[in-house]
Amino acid sequence: MNSLLQQLTEAVGISGEEKEIRRLIRDLIQEHVDEWRVDSLGNLIALKKGTGESDLQVMVDAHIDEVGLMVTDIDSDGTLRFAKVGGIDDRALLGKVVQVGPNKIIGVIGGRPVHLSTAEERDTVVKHRDMRIDIGAKKKDDAAAKINVGDRAAFVTQYEELGETALGKAFDNRAACAVLIELLRGDRYPFDLTAVFTVQEEVGLRGARVAGYAVQPDIALVLECTPAYDLPKKEDVSSNVMLGHGPAVYVMDSRTIQHPRFVAHIMQVAAAHNIPYQIRQPGGGGTNAGAIQPAHGGVPVASIAIPGRYPHTPNMIINLTDYANLLKLADTVLRSLQRNLFEPESIL
Amino acid sequence: MIDLIRKLVELYGPSGFEDQVRAFIQAEIAPYADEMRVDALGNLIALKKGDGTGKRVLVSAHTDEIGVMITHVTEKGFLRFTNIGGVFAANLLGGRVQFADGRQGVIYGDKFEDRSKLHPLNKYYIDVGATSKEDCPVRVGDAAGFYRPLLVMGDRLAAKSMDDRIGCVVGIEALKRLTASPHDVYFVFSVQEEVGLRGAAAAANGLHPDVSIALDVTGSGDTPECHPMAISLGQGTAIKVKDGGMIAHAGLVRLMRQRAEAANIPHQMEVLEGGTTDAYAMQVAGPGSISGCISIPCRYIHSASEMVDINDVEACIRLLGEILTHPIDL
Ligand SMILES: [Zn+2]
Ligand SMILES: [Zn+2]
Repeated sequence: MNSLLQQLTEAVGISGEEKEIRRLIRDLIQEHVDEWRVDSLGNLIALKKGTGESDLQVMVDAHIDEVGLMVTDIDSDGTLRFAKVGGIDDRALLGKVVQVGPNKIIGVIGGRPVHLSTAEERDTVVKHRDMRIDIGAKKKDDAAAKINVGDRAAFVTQYEELGETALGKAFDNRAACAVLIELLRGDRYPFDLTAVFTVQEEVGLRGARVAGYAVQPDIALVLECTPAYDLPKKEDVSSNVMLGHGPAVYVMDSRTIQHPRFVAHIMQVAAAHNIPYQIRQPGGGGTNAGAIQPAHGGVPVASIAIPGRYPHTPNMIINLTDYANLLKLADTVLRSLQRNLFEPESIL
Repeated sequence: MIDLIRKLVELYGPSGFEDQVRAFIQAEIAPYADEMRVDALGNLIALKKGDGTGKRVLVSAHTDEIGVMITHVTEKGFLRFTNIGGVFAANLLGGRVQFADGRQGVIYGDKFEDRSKLHPLNKYYIDVGATSKEDCPVRVGDAAGFYRPLLVMGDRLAAKSMDDRIGCVVGIEALKRLTASPHDVYFVFSVQEEVGLRGAAAAANGLHPDVSIALDVTGSGDTPECHPMAISLGQGTAIKVKDGGMIAHAGLVRLMRQRAEAANIPHQMEVLEGGTTDAYAMQVAGPGSISGCISIPCRYIHSASEMVDINDVEACIRLLGEILTHPIDL
């Protein structure tokens, strides 16, 4: 059992309220870094000094926040109204168990039971504003004694391994956090490596924007978890990425055209070291690279990700070989970084 | 100038893959710049030094064009794609694309059940003459630009990627003609404008200009049944007052107008209801800058036959020259 993945996915850290996960990561890396600090948004920024062979400043990003819910009101019957924090499909909510607030009060997301629904209702999606979190309170005051408006609610899922795959919540992006932690635990790099465990990615890449500006790296690598929609298809179309086919390399998404030479370099390194990889199908989505890239005079960025099925639901599935390969790819790519790879050409 | 325009518009350069355009411009302007470099995103930055009495001015024209990126190669060797920038499906059928290596292909679409409706983008494909996935020379992640040679019809020119190679022409010509200026002028041939002004944002974040001016195309209101707009081809350079992203600095707008009037340069005031330019990104980058835009009126934007009038282009070059050779006191 991978206890790092277990601890990281079972910890809570909804966008904007990442204290618990940040503390856990701080404890996990403290002994392996030379300095760490938390900035004004809550990003955990840790420096692992290099051997001194290279003067590059390299930044590696992994967001620590996960999607979740926020309590917006308490009804007279003691149930909780809620808003979504980050992109959650209403269809993934009904009947799920959540933990609410700092005291982790357990509740269930309820709606009208199937017995009492009309055929028409069963064919339509219940909107999240028509659902309530039921924490077993009898009336408003009972609930208000335990819950505050503004409290976050997170899914409750026990980490499990099913052969080569693992099941848990928030592999987006805790699987990548685990990789970054492992990188910090490893041998020093020739250059100073700044690990940024960023907040508020799921609500608009907000943490990475200030972290990228503050760190001002020569180059940045973003570690992510990208949705795998690789169920059988009838037509001749590609899956965006497939589980078990190796880490995904980004070329273009809605936020970033990744640095073409950096991307090509990653693919070359993977091929040379026999690390399987796949090109993430270009198109929508986005990573923190989009927020880091425009800082100062521009930062060369690339993103690599572990494929994950059913992201932004309580139950995700990843492949543990993909996980090992993402770690290997990230480490190998970092150790191969040379300034000439991305250095702006000077002409005159 | 037609020759310069022809070379520039026919080059391959979808957003993120502007190397060929950059290399061409680099060679073209090298004799005229005091310093030149390429930044991390691929912006070409050429400095023309001033006499020390003026401001730091950033002039930006984007080198990238809209295009497509391959998302899937079918068993039979057809290419499905996604858009790079604002691609309108109505412009696709029967069109041609070119890849970085010069290879071309034609675009067609799945069967139309209802001819009055357009397909979504994922129902179009590119045929590069391959017969199977195995013999297809293109792979997922490759980018293509649209292709069509320049058409010269008297003063009217039509081509793909007039947006914004014609702005690059204005920048290149203005730099060539700029003998002395009070200002340090940074000519930025920017990247990734069509996907969100990303190159100009990074450049301005690095350069911290006092004044920034974008050179880009704008729409026109002089074609049949079009969206009304008080801009016509052949009526001169367009001085942007406002567009969908920014309100140009009022003082800079006034100054542009005064300079145009004083030098007898035909001009028109532009209010563009949708869309924006690098000027928006430069206005709010870093600590902010005084920002405006000199626009080239253009018909059929984001089609493979974007049309401009050569006299308007000349007016834009002259206006930019008047601004750069005089003090900018606002
Ligand atoms: Zn994520
Ligand atoms: Zn443009």
